[in-house]
Amino acid sequence: MAEFQLPANSRITGKGKAFPAPSGARRVKTFSIYRWSPDDGQNPRYDSYDIDLDDCGPMVLDALIKIKSELDPTLTFRRSCREGICGSCAMNIDGSNTLACTLAIDDVKGDVRITPLPHMHVVKDLVPDMTHFYAQYASIKPWLQTVTPEPALKERKQSPEDRSKLDGLYECILCACCSTSCPSYWWNSDRFLGPAILLQAYRWLADSRDEMTGERLDQLEDPFRLYRCHTIMNCANVCPKGLNPAKAIAEIKKMMVTRAV
Amino acid sequence: MATDFNSASGLKRVRGLGSAKSGVHHWWLQRVTAASNLILLVWFLASLILLPSFDRSSVLAWISSPLVAVPLLLLIVSTFWHARLGVQVLIEDYVHSEGLKLLAIIVLNFFIFGIAAVAAFSVLIIAFGGVRA
Repeated sequence: MAEFQLPANSRITGKGKAFPAPSGARRVKTFSIYRWSPDDGQNPRYDSYDIDLDDCGPMVLDALIKIKSELDPTLTFRRSCREGICGSCAMNIDGSNTLACTLAIDDVKGDVRITPLPHMHVVKDLVPDMTHFYAQYASIKPWLQTVTPEPALKERKQSPEDRSKLDGLYECILCACCSTSCPSYWWNSDRFLGPAILLQAYRWLADSRDEMTGERLDQLEDPFRLYRCHTIMNCANVCPKGLNPAKAIAEIKKMMVTRAV
Repeated sequence: MATDFNSASGLKRVRGLGSAKSGVHHWWLQRVTAASNLILLVWFLASLILLPSFDRSSVLAWISSPLVAVPLLLLIVSTFWHARLGVQVLIEDYVHSEGLKLLAIIVLNFFIFGIAAVAAFSVLIIAFGGVRA
């Protein structure tokens, strides 16, 4: 059956540490952060860090970096670009998946609770195992495929109108916020491709230069790979880039009907 | 985190048994039967409201009319078909043991076809005058 409860060794029962704010801090915000290490055999716990906002950058990622550099170097998380284009710092903040670098601390009311992306295997602390997600991405062959041989010494041309059909798709940074917010992906991620990968699949279906549309649809036409999407729309709600994976999936379903009915 | 010795890339698991190359008809018929359910249920409710009385003889007379018996049969086919498709999706969502899933889908089909047959038979026996008023 679907898993509605965490396995016993994943339940958050460990006693967390508290790191108080420096004396004299006037604007204090508490960050309550999921901690788990594969090395100590302990259950996960929440550690809490009180941060002086007058001595911290504006974004949640700024606070995480401050915690790691000044309070607790053992805190583990991914980050790179700090401007919402690499997708590394995707995590669950204040109950919804987003990028730590583009969420302002002031936009979170009360304590800031941070956990890894939901329903993923945890490597350590806020770092989820992305192997399966990336394998799913590779499985849709996310590159241009043609039957026509490559034109000699020329690019494959695309009209501005056709290029504009990729708007709202090419911006996806594969942060996995959408897929890991999707209950269908939680229950069936072994076979359901999930919103991020399906949006990427549609990006190639919609490309005027790609000639493998039928083969791509063949690979997607499956009760699990595509049709586990029940239009729950969490994907569109959480996408930190403001994209709509649910709409891309609906477009794929329309293409399926067009060729079958 | 378990080490997967079979496929470091994880592609073995993702590619799995390959695409079933089906699913579009299931999805499409669920939408089509949703539309027919809507039309037929509106007719059914309106028709019930317009009934002069709910006593046995007038309800039997109502069902015996071809213009009622036929849409009633269509309503039975449409709603039970829709339920069969929808509950199958629920089973696929939540039942992950392959054996149990197969069993649940078989039981679902037996149940749906069984009660749909009983419902259709009930309408037909009245329509063909097999029930005395």
